[in-house]
Amino acid sequence: MSVPLTMLGLLEREPSHGYELKRDYDAYFGRDRPLPFGQVYATLARLARDGKVIAGGAEPGAGPERKRYVITEAGATEVETWLAEPTEPEPHLQTVLFTKVVLAQMLGHPADRYLDTQRTAHLARMRELTELKRGGDLLDVLRADYGLFHLEADLRWIEMTAARLDALAKEVRR
Amino acid sequence: MTAAGAGTPVPAPPMIEARDVVKSFGHTPALRQASVSVRAGEILAVMGPSGSGKSTLLHCLAGIFTPDRGEIRFDGRRLDTLSEPQRTKLRRTAFGFVFQFGQLVPELTAADNVALPLLLDRVKRKDAYEKAAAWLDRLQLKGLGGRRTGELSGGEAQRVALARALVIRPRVLFADEPTGSLDSLSGEMVMDLMVALAREEETTVVLVTHEARVAACTDREILVRDGRVFDPRAAEVGR
Repeated sequence: MSVPLTMLGLLEREPSHGYELKRDYDAYFGRDRPLPFGQVYATLARLARDGKVIAGGAEPGAGPERKRYVITEAGATEVETWLAEPTEPEPHLQTVLFTKVVLAQMLGHPADRYLDTQRTAHLARMRELTELKRGGDLLDVLRADYGLFHLEADLRWIEMTAARLDALAKEVRR
Repeated sequence: MTAAGAGTPVPAPPMIEARDVVKSFGHTPALRQASVSVRAGEILAVMGPSGSGKSTLLHCLAGIFTPDRGEIRFDGRRLDTLSEPQRTKLRRTAFGFVFQFGQLVPELTAADNVALPLLLDRVKRKDAYEKAAAWLDRLQLKGLGGRRTGELSGGEAQRVALARALVIRPRVLFADEPTGSLDSLSGEMVMDLMVALAREEETTVVLVTHEARVAACTDREILVRDGRVFDPRAAEVGR
């Protein structure tokens, strides 16, 4: 699941309070499914326990939680590694592909290189499915076709997005 | 080129290669130092968006366009420095071509179309038509040799075009969006036959396509973007 990594990515952009993180997450990545506050704080606690973020001291003010969270070197490395590596090509990747591209552009990481790597991974998987069709019966062919058409749809999205990276950078960078 | 000493293994040169090719049309650059190397027997997909330069790269590799700068090599020898008649002969004898549209001669039958390259190469009429029939058979077009182009479906016409490209047993087959005007099933049949026959004949294939499912039938892909070549293998090495 990419929620903890996405939150880490947002923290790499700038140190944030929990409620700011939720607000930014929902604005960019959670328009369909906003993040519950409980999950935000539980995730932050786990990230702090694992040494990927540091919680600053409590700040005065109303509200239950006024700590500011800062990403650590280990956390930043984890985000960088995650953004650079292709995702296992399978149908219905929209959320992960979308999140990685937006986050990469937001942080000034090379989103085009990520898309290239992802394209290569997708085509490698499509070659495996094509090979499966060559040696398989009609049922194998139908199953492989299903995967091929979905991966092809991902690739069309990848091409469109590659052509829109400059515009995206303007939209999400501060 | 010098001969290697006895017993020294010499790696085979690439079958077809572009080195830092630059090509412009007027003031519009189409290729900017594009390089690609295709091994003998390899099936390469050239992918990229419309207008990226992928068809120009194919035309340069096939000796149809002459690069402004850079080199094209076929089987280790310069191709771009040959005279136009020499290149024309090479294209007729060593290269096969399949395009997206309008490649068959409409006044002729399927068999005539396939026999045509052989007849132009002064092969005896009887032999040419026997070979044409055999190739139509290999492309699962048995019995359709007497039909004119207008009487063929899109997929059948494209398989006739493939037969005509392969009948001279080319060293390299150049295909530019060969399934671009076909429905999915007909396109799949064309690709399956193209790949199977190229493997049997050990023909090198350079295939331009913007369709990922078509590219997935090949051994590997390169991407042309804004006149430059992105090769995922090179990117892997560079990481």
